[in-house]
Amino acid sequence: MRIKEHPILELAEKPPIPFYFNGKKLYGIEGDTIASALHANGVKKLSESIHLKRPRGFYCAIGNCASCNMVVDGEPNVRTCITPLKEGMRVENQQGKGHIHAK
Amino acid sequence: MIEKDGVPSLNQVKAEFPTLETLEKPKAIIECYKRIPCNPCETSCPFDAITVGEDINDRPRIDFDKCTGCGICVYNCPGLAITVSQIKGEEVHLKIPYEFTPLPEKGKRVNVMNRSGEVITQGTVTKVQAGKKQNKTALIHLSIPKEYVYEAITIEVSHGS
Amino acid sequence: MQNKEAIVIGGGPAGLTAAFELLQAGASVCLIDRNERLGGQLTKQTHMFFGSEKQYASHRGIDILEILTNALGKYGNKLEILTQTTVVGMYRDKVLACVKGDKFFKLKGEKIVFATGASEKALPFENNDLPGVYAAGAVQTLMNEYGIKPGEKVLMVGSGNIGLIVSYQLMQAGVEVVGLVEAADRIGGYLVHASKIKRLGVDILTKTSVKRAIGKESVEAAEIWDLDEQWQGIEGTERTLEVDTICVAVGLAPLTELLQQMGVKVQYVREFGGNVPVLDENYQTSVEGVYACGDLVNIEEASSAMVEGRIAGINAARSLGYDVENADFRIKALHHELKDLRGGPPGDKVRKGLKKLGVAT
Ligand SMILES: Cc1cc2nc3c(=O)[nH]c(=O)nc-3n(C[C@H](O)[C@H](O)[C@H](O)COP(=O)(O)OP(=O)(O)OC[C@H]3O[C@@H](n4cnc5c(N)ncnc54)[C@H](O)[C@@H]3O)c2cc1C
Ligand code: SF4
Ligand code: SF4
Ligand code: FES
Repeated sequence: MRIKEHPILELAEKPPIPFYFNGKKLYGIEGDTIASALHANGVKKLSESIHLKRPRGFYCAIGNCASCNMVVDGEPNVRTCITPLKEGMRVENQQGKGHIHAK
Repeated sequence: MIEKDGVPSLNQVKAEFPTLETLEKPKAIIECYKRIPCNPCETSCPFDAITVGEDINDRPRIDFDKCTGCGICVYNCPGLAITVSQIKGEEVHLKIPYEFTPLPEKGKRVNVMNRSGEVITQGTVTKVQAGKKQNKTALIHLSIPKEYVYEAITIEVSHGS
Repeated sequence: MQNKEAIVIGGGPAGLTAAFELLQAGASVCLIDRNERLGGQLTKQTHMFFGSEKQYASHRGIDILEILTNALGKYGNKLEILTQTTVVGMYRDKVLACVKGDKFFKLKGEKIVFATGASEKALPFENNDLPGVYAAGAVQTLMNEYGIKPGEKVLMVGSGNIGLIVSYQLMQAGVEVVGLVEAADRIGGYLVHASKIKRLGVDILTKTSVKRAIGKESVEAAEIWDLDEQWQGIEGTERTLEVDTICVAVGLAPLTELLQQMGVKVQYVREFGGNVPVLDENYQTSVEGVYACGDLVNIEEASSAMVEGRIAGINAARSLGYDVENADFRIKALHHELKDLRGGPPGDKVRKGLKKLGVAT
């Protein structure tokens, strides 16, 4: 879902960054946030709402709404839309308030 | 109605055109139907053919005697509201602003659209200006059948693959 | 706690011009923004802007940003830029609480210019929390900052300039815009923007809104319906559009919470989408030495935000005791620029709002 060609923006090719999503190896690119890398891989569901367990994706993409909270390297409640992607990061869907996956 | 769906009426469009005789020379057709605070059309025209004037909200007016049809205002207008039109025999030569990739190549047959976004005919790309001056708003020259002079406004975007 | 001469909060067009005027007058400036990059809304605007040459009309937003940041370049030694730094709290004695990563610190400013802009409003409809329902700004961020498509087929909600422009930007990114719905009976934004997408085949449906989003894990379709005179949905008019994204562009609300913490007087102005600070003609708030400008003051345009930033910056510099060359003349000219920009129909709302605030227009 990356834009290949754009009339205005220059989209330079950037080196890939491997990371893990729910244990599966995926690739983002340099300059990605965690949420943008996931979205580029077609992953839209990032978390589940606390009470009703409804799927949640990002909404504001600028760190305002907490809709994109995920568990990153074991740490819950990371706002993935503004957290830069790093090589080898382990990213997991967050369920509810963010107790860590039993896995 | 333009306020409801973005489509100006044929009368609105025709009111922006000179006579078809005048159109034997290329002329800018300005379709800026509502007052907005904007005037790059005026400041970009090297021939002082467009006037917005003292109140920057006034609608631009064109002096067809001064307009040479150069097309500079076409790629400077942030509303992409200007085209250049010229009647040559049985054809209309049209210059339109275009901000999509890939750019069509010279000689290519393209679908021509009206102001409602419907394909009305086919045309031929006769020239593509996309240099530094155009600054990513390319100027596409088209040749289309004359009968579409008041209808043709842009070309269908083809996103390559 | 560190003391600063002047602090500018927010690095959008208003903050950048305010910082420039302060620096030019000789003041030291600490410019704070929570983003990685300066520019605010400008970082995502790939289209050419309106206005006149004075506000860099006909340049693209991203290019205007470059002009504004380059202008700051020569004041390097007097300018401190703190990016990825969020101001999270304000105290009455002009002390700011800031967070950068996991660090927390306080700054005190002799003069403070607020230029924090606005946040996007949400729209209530069934399933509006499904992944695939995104604020227009988020869609822009994804496309124009990260080069990623938000989806393949989008329904746009809202026909203000943002809805119209983001629709166009989506098409430029190769995304299909299936339609645009607008609750009011006419298009809200500039008609030139509307005509630009309509002639490329995007249907603009007025008196229409989203009833609900449909989908399990993410948006698979949108149900839209006609609205009656009271803006209520009409049963039986529902239609389903196959889309994977619903982009919400229904307006902005000024980000004034911080100012309120500081005890700045605010007033609710419907035209500006919420509480806005009460200002004097120098763009000073009810707290001495605290200024505000840009979308935070009234939801408008980058063109006017830049002019307001200059006025606030010059006044802040003057109150610090700096001699600003031709200050009176320049401020008068800047007020005149604002008056010109707001003189037409698009300025009606702004003029009405300012009148409520008691600001002469
Ligand atoms: C799609 C779209 C199209 C537009 N098109 C045009 C156009 O054609 N012409 C035009 O003139 N205008 C246009 N605008 C409007 C224009 O972008 C805004 O009016 C303008 O950016 C407002 O400037 P500002 O500096 O007040 O706020 P912003 O640009 O929003 O900047 C505010 C800054 O403050 C920062 N901030 C906020 N809170 C904090 C905090 N607590 N701590 C630290 N930093 C903080 C933010 O990160 C941001 O960088 C458009 C806007 C959009 C969304
Ligand atoms: S086409 Fe050239 S001469 Fe005519 S109005 Fe535009 S800029 Fe001026
Ligand atoms: S530059 Fe274009 S949008 Fe602006 S006033 Fe002129 S014609 Fe209208
Ligand atoms: S999407 Fe809103 S905080 Fe990340």
